[in-house]
Amino acid sequence: MICIDQLTVRFPGFTLSDVSLRVEKGEFFTILGPTGAGKTLILESIAGLVPVSSGRVEVNGRDISRLAPEDRGVGIVYQDQALFPHLAVRENIRYGVRYHRQSLSDPEGRFDFLVDRLRLKHLLKRKVDNLSGGERQRVALARALAVDPKVLLLDEPLSALDPNFREDIREILKQLHAETGITVLMVTHDFTEAHFLAQRAAVLNGGRVEQIGSVRDVFLRPSTPFVAHFVGMKNVLPARINGGRADVEGIKLSVPAGNGHTRHIAIRPENIHICPEPSGTGEPNFFSGTVSRIINQGFYSDLEVDISGVTFRTVLTAGALMAGGVRKGKRLYLKILPEDIHLI
Amino acid sequence: MGSGELAVTKPAESFAGADRFIWLALASSAVVVAFILFPLIEMITQPSLDSMRETLSDRDVIRSIWLSIYTSGAAAVISLVFGTPFAYLLARRNFSGKRFVESIVDLPIMIPHPVVGIALLSIAGKNHWLGRFMQQIGIQVMGTVTGLVLVLTFVGLPFYVNTAKAGFEAVPERLEHVSRSLGASAFRTFLRVTLPLAWRNMVVGMIMCAARAISEFGAVVIVAYHPMVAPVLMYERFTAYGLKYSQPVAVWLILVCLFLFLLLRLFSVSVRKTA
Repeated sequence: MICIDQLTVRFPGFTLSDVSLRVEKGEFFTILGPTGAGKTLILESIAGLVPVSSGRVEVNGRDISRLAPEDRGVGIVYQDQALFPHLAVRENIRYGVRYHRQSLSDPEGRFDFLVDRLRLKHLLKRKVDNLSGGERQRVALARALAVDPKVLLLDEPLSALDPNFREDIREILKQLHAETGITVLMVTHDFTEAHFLAQRAAVLNGGRVEQIGSVRDVFLRPSTPFVAHFVGMKNVLPARINGGRADVEGIKLSVPAGNGHTRHIAIRPENIHICPEPSGTGEPNFFSGTVSRIINQGFYSDLEVDISGVTFRTVLTAGALMAGGVRKGKRLYLKILPEDIHLI
Repeated sequence: MGSGELAVTKPAESFAGADRFIWLALASSAVVVAFILFPLIEMITQPSLDSMRETLSDRDVIRSIWLSIYTSGAAAVISLVFGTPFAYLLARRNFSGKRFVESIVDLPIMIPHPVVGIALLSIAGKNHWLGRFMQQIGIQVMGTVTGLVLVLTFVGLPFYVNTAKAGFEAVPERLEHVSRSLGASAFRTFLRVTLPLAWRNMVVGMIMCAARAISEFGAVVIVAYHPMVAPVLMYERFTAYGLKYSQPVAVWLILVCLFLFLLLRLFSVSVRKTA
């Protein structure tokens, strides 16, 4: 269990302010956020590797805020793996074992288990310079887990890997978490990873926590415009909301009933449906607009459609784009279901 | 067509220009290399083998070369002991006034050598409390081996600290972080991670420190003319007997130094290969 209470870390030009979060025992928790949000700093604060200005860190109910990094029982795996270049794979994995002779009941058995699960047997004698990205990451995981840490901190463990290695490591992480039951706190900027691995997530922006909740909740019900944008709701628009009606710069939309505090609407691009004909005219949330920009993303294109001066972003497959003869300046009809509109 | 001609001739002209520049650079490089090597080669080849052999049987020469080597070696070892933690601190920590501290380290490189000697004597003499204290506990600086080592450490230390610091900076801090999180204390982390990755720089730093120390003259003649280190002996032979008698001493000193430095370099390279 990790409990962070009002953690503040100040660096010249950046402040991590009043971060509080709780990761339950055995949970897989992610911290999401863009580059520079302070995600790694949280991990390094828990591991005792950066000076903390104020706040408390507890692991399994014990205050570790004042302890040296080596006394915290916190394992950390960095994005660049940070393997010891002067040691072979086996020595890398066994590096910390000698400091945990008393606490480890069966270090050899644990070593064998990790080597087996992470498929490292054939690599044990190799120098770490000659390993692929995926292999390096597996060694780094084995090294951190070999000393049986109370919690495991993962700093973007997948983002530096090739796509095929990424899936492999993702599977391994899920399996290891299930088998060892270790508490994991992972930092990532990729929502798909969070979805696949974690139960709960915190979204960090500019050194502050914007939202904490189940991954599903954060994805479906973002609580701030930033989080909405971060989870892929590319249409985040300021709105005046009254009952089940929203006014976005003069455009009237039917929306779910709000709680009276909402200031924005947020819609995923894939929830804005394109109709070639004006067949739904008169229905709620049916608009006509002009294509103002097409951004080719390969298999699909992002479409910006201008409706009475307000730009909505939607998405169209490459096939549909060609079949419909969609080009800049073309007139289109858009339909948005009220239940697909999220109020913030 | 004017523009067409331009398009054709311009690249050819610029290539020719580049060639000319390369030739100029090569020529000036040759001058620099010759400037360094010519006098040295001449000096090495001028003394006859007989005079070289004769010099070798001169006990004063042997004693002075040996004194030069071991006092410089002592300076390198002292720099290693005191300079390593300092270099590590400079490589790893940011603090206000760091630039100032770094320029203090460089001071012995900047100031004129006789000034170094005078400065050290001014605190080691009877007129200073530290000098009086040192004399009370039996440490003599003026005209002693202790004084020599003191002076040579003073002039050689910056070379060790700067080279070792560069070595520590080249070790990613994350490796140390991981080591700490795996249970190793800061000291054990230094021994098991930082040292194995930076020791080559430390050896090179010691070589540079010793090389600087062995060539010191200006500060040495002020603090300890006797016992005579090789550069002082050479100077004395030169002023008393002329060029011919100082050359063989110089050649022997150069040969011994080259041999020692080569040995250390070879040692560090071979260890790297087997590591």
